[in-house]
Amino acid sequence: MDRLSFRHATRRPHPGTRAEAIAGVVASGNLEILLERVLAPDLCTVEIETPVTGYGDVWEAVVADFVARAQPGGLRISINDGGARPDTVSLRLLQGARLMEEAP
Amino acid sequence: MSAPGALSWYEAGARQRIAVLLDQSSFAEILGPAERRMSPHLPLFGLPRAFDDGIVVGRGRLDGRPVLVAAQEGRFMGGAFGEVHGAKLVGLLRLGLTERPAALLILFDTGGVRLQEANAGETAIAEAMRAIADLRAAGVPVIGLVGGRAGAYGGGGLVAGTCSGLAVSEAGRISVSGPEVIETNRGAEEFDARDRALVWRTMGGKHRYLIGGADAFAEDTPESFRKAALGLIDAAAPFDLATLEAEQARLERRLDRFGETLDGRDVWARLGVNDPEGIPAATDDAFRASAEGCRESARDAR
Amino acid sequence: MTLAEIFSSLFPEGHSVTVEDGLVGGHGPLGAKRLHVVGLDGNTALGVDGAIRLAAKVLAVIREAPGAPILVAVDSDSQRMSRRDELLGLNEYLAHLAKALLLADRLGHPTVGLLYGHSAAGAFIATALATRVLAALPGAHPSVMDLPSVARVTKLPLDTLREMAKSTPVFAPGLDNMVATGAVHAVLDPAAPLGPQIEALIAALPEGDIRDRLGAERGGRPVAQAIAARIAGG
Repeated sequence: MDRLSFRHATRRPHPGTRAEAIAGVVASGNLEILLERVLAPDLCTVEIETPVTGYGDVWEAVVADFVARAQPGGLRISINDGGARPDTVSLRLLQGARLMEEAP
Repeated sequence: MSAPGALSWYEAGARQRIAVLLDQSSFAEILGPAERRMSPHLPLFGLPRAFDDGIVVGRGRLDGRPVLVAAQEGRFMGGAFGEVHGAKLVGLLRLGLTERPAALLILFDTGGVRLQEANAGETAIAEAMRAIADLRAAGVPVIGLVGGRAGAYGGGGLVAGTCSGLAVSEAGRISVSGPEVIETNRGAEEFDARDRALVWRTMGGKHRYLIGGADAFAEDTPESFRKAALGLIDAAAPFDLATLEAEQARLERRLDRFGETLDGRDVWARLGVNDPEGIPAATDDAFRASAEGCRESARDAR
Repeated sequence: MTLAEIFSSLFPEGHSVTVEDGLVGGHGPLGAKRLHVVGLDGNTALGVDGAIRLAAKVLAVIREAPGAPILVAVDSDSQRMSRRDELLGLNEYLAHLAKALLLADRLGHPTVGLLYGHSAAGAFIATALATRVLAALPGAHPSVMDLPSVARVTKLPLDTLREMAKSTPVFAPGLDNMVATGAVHAVLDPAAPLGPQIEALIAALPEGDIRDRLGAERGGRPVAQAIAARIAGG
């Protein structure tokens, strides 16, 4: 079991007022993402728990790419991974970020 | 999200099912994912955890009436009962005793006990059944809805059998031993688990509805399950000696009538269903029409 | 202990309990009262036919002997695994038997389980686990699934599982683990007469379902009680 943690500075607070959202499900090749608006608006953290070990570099790249695109300031993001491919991870991250922009 | 009626119950996840079943925006989750009450045991097996341990519980409204609801997530560990998962259902049932809602709904989607937490899961199932009996005796109907991909298997089938009323869709399966378990223990001559048609006519929703193993037959939509649940709340039998004696007579009668049969088609023929061979392929409406008048009913006998 | 040994210890003055097709039924004197016995003997698998007969016995006690204590003695296999049982709706038959025991409890019959051999899965849930208090005799060996089967499903080596089983009671078979999770309330002393021990259990029946509390105290279910209580508190 790998536990990874990333911390990124962001340029702007994530839009919307929704406090919390969850996307996806922990299943083979899938993952769940919990987003909470609990951090300072210029900060985003991503924590990952995954049974697939040794892919820290890939996670780091996927997370950095997401943060650069979405600028999710203020969000604490927690991931339970069931062995998802990087493209699935990116998709879920963007889906989660969109959910946080919707009405609560 | 698309219009509620367009969603497939079978395909939907636990949260989606709750959102479209209950009155719009009425659901408030208890001990939600941000509380991170995850399994303390799965990491020992190198397995990933879920923030809600595969079950969502909370309060909401159904047609304006207050209800408590639990929904299992069949895609996570087959919706199986682990320690946290089971404790959340047990806690909700106990909450029902103090809140006395119009009903408590269980949206089943489970393969039964989670083997990695087997003793905790099995004990939780026993606790849940006791809590259901207490809740029903207090006058709160406990309604089960079965239409998910994992069905209601193993201990989940026993919990379902303890409910006041059950709605099932064609894709819902209710059973104790699953096809693979029977095949593993008794061989493919006893049960060929790959024969999906055999699975459906032995434990599928249509068969269960015909023999009185379920009280309502729903289409694979939230709207249909909602309608079925409302009907079952109003039809719930009390948990007393009269009900259990009626169930005793009903189940004895089932053994008398069908105890010698080995295939669903033979059961349906004995029931007097027109064209038993056509049941598996019949549309929901055509099936309901065939079942009408000849199906066994569990009314006031569950 | 065998069933015969149990009854000679429990009912030294004699009893009417018989075993037919592995199904136990009858009664014997317990102090000033009559103790009714139902159950499963000889590692019997519980199918639709057995479950409905046992439920009939429980409902008869409710009708004919209001408030009388009921002992559920169990040495069983799991539920009977067959196409016929599932076709006929085994889940309803097992649930019906459990409901009969739960109703008896609600109507004032003390219900005591006595696990003296094996039991597993659906048969265990429908019988011993549906009582208010479950006692076991040393040598009883309940399980949900044996370790080789757990190894197959979890794809973990058997040796690894055996090692894990020592420190993790939550998944491993055996009486100690079921005691630790709180499913089994007490282990009886086979050297002492069983009658007084059963009477003591009945005299001290717990209020309601304390199995999750026992599981927390004994460490077999570290989080269940706190979570159930949190939710039950709204």
